Amino acid sequence: MKHKKIISAVVGAAVAGTIGFGAHANEMVKYEVVDGTIPQSLTGVAGDVANGKKVAINRKKGNCLACHTMPIPEEQFHGLTGPSLEGVAERMNEAELRMRLVDPKVVAYDTMMPSFYRTGQHRVLKDFEGKTILEAQEIEDVIAYLRTLK
Amino acid sequence: MHKVKSVTAMAVLLGAGLALGACTTESTTKDVMKHPYKEVWSGYSTATPETRAMQDDDFANPYMPYVDAAAELWDTPAGEAKKSCADCHGAPDDAKGGSMGIPMKGVGAKYPAYDPESHGPINVELRIQKCQTDHQKAKPFKYESDELLGMTGLVVMQSRGMKRETKAAEQSDPLYPAWLQGKAFYYQRRGQLDLACKHCHEDNAAILVRAELLSQGQSNGFPTYRLKWQKPGSLHRRFRGCNNNIRSEPYAYGSDEYLALETYLAWRGRGLPIEGPSVRK
Ligand code: HEC
Ligand code: HEC
Ligand code: HEC
Repeated sequence: MKHKKIISAVVGAAVAGTIGFGAHANEMVKYEVVDGTIPQSLTGVAGDVANGKKVAINRKKGNCLACHTMPIPEEQFHGLTGPSLEGVAERMNEAELRMRLVDPKVVAYDTMMPSFYRTGQHRVLKDFEGKTILEAQEIEDVIAYLRTLK
Repeated sequence: MHKVKSVTAMAVLLGAGLALGACTTESTTKDVMKHPYKEVWSGYSTATPETRAMQDDDFANPYMPYVDAAAELWDTPAGEAKKSCADCHGAPDDAKGGSMGIPMKGVGAKYPAYDPESHGPINVELRIQKCQTDHQKAKPFKYESDELLGMTGLVVMQSRGMKRETKAAEQSDPLYPAWLQGKAFYYQRRGQLDLACKHCHEDNAAILVRAELLSQGQSNGFPTYRLKWQKPGSLHRRFRGCNNNIRSEPYAYGSDEYLALETYLAWRGRGLPIEGPSVRK
């Protein structure tokens, strides 16, 4: 278990392009909230749909299936605590989706949904301290994937 | 002013789970004492048919070998005092409670209790350790050791079917401060996933997270044998698991934080029949 955690931290650090793990926090991209949305891309690099889907499924990353039904029939057991994300691109634009992923508490104070791009939560496990759940580009990739769910 | 403030503080502690009425301290106390659930139910209800069948039959319950081993320890004199549990308490199921007149029946239903020495809650595990240290003058079993898990199972079993009871939510009760602390813990977001107990066990009880059907996260089935652990585990082990899963730093076994949470959880589950040792997935 301990080993698994360290491995996932290493992978996370590798994706961020930093060396070593646990030593220092990720450099976080600054963003601006406008009327409960984040209009600007976090990275300026277009999202990769295929990687976005992978990140969404990955239990150590987005793990969206823990709480959402998604049109991914090849994955068993979709959770039901959140709404189905089928057709979510019809309901929400990119800026709204970015807000949802980065820090949904801004628009839904009591939500169960994690803030995928935030640090400073209470009593975070040492291995994850100062780290965001997803990297900035992963957020953009997931958004690109969600935009295909029409 | 003072009153309004305390009501607001309560409302924050309570989160969205409870509707609060009028603003006097008295009526707040009463409202606070309402169940956070419309209906309280045991994790047995959402357990799998497989684990239920194991729990229903003591011969199939994988916890029982640990209880059997503890029954032998119960009769074995130990420590400098060279006394066995039986010397003071009689047989585990002796309703009169042996020479001391302190029976095990009822312990599982009324614990955590107030410990005048620590001025806070004491649970069954720590109570057993205290008897070992104070009365047997022995080295206590380690928390989460097979011996302490077995002995806890043996003690709690004597209360099977009895209803969980607690007065910890009453301001006059010495456990009230711990109850308040436990409640604050229950509603506080934590960990990288930023979730409070209530997000899973109050807002989403009986709903699937991935392949797991959420229960109310009640304590009446503890201690429990978990198939995933391939061994028995205490309530504090479960707390640690539920903290770890949301990437939150757990607290130590027997810590004040977990004792407070255990005290509060007992109140959330009052009225539920004691099932320990139960079996879970
Ligand atoms: C722990 C549970 C949980 C996880 C994990 C989770 N969500 Fe959510 N999500 C929710 C809940 C609950 C809502 C419902 C709205 C609310 O509470 O604000 C929601 C709402 C949403 C919405 C708004 C949908 C709508 O129709 O209004 C989107 C989009 C969304 N989630 C995307 C995601 C994506 C993408 C992931 C994975 C990267 C994810 N969620 C992970 C619980 C979760
Ligand atoms: C992300 C969701 C989640 C959070 C947050 C969470 N738990 Fe759990 N908990 C679970 C799951 C899943 C299980 C196993 C299925 C069940 O019984 O709900 C569980 C089981 C339990 C059980 C065992 C119930 C039984 O009958 O065997 C207890 C007790 C418990 N949790 C207490 C807590 C406490 C206290 C907290 C807050 C510190 C907490 N949980 C936070 C998901 C969660
Ligand atoms: C020398 C006598 C003695 C021995 C030996 C002894 N106890 Fe006790 N036990 C007591 C007394 C007296 C109390 C009441 C609390 C106190 O004064 O410490 C008590 C209380 C308890 C309680 C709490 C009962 C309640 O209703 O709150 C439990 C549980 C318990 N003992 C378990 C054990 C176990 C298990 C052992 C063996 C490992 C054991 N005791 C050995 C004397 C003893």
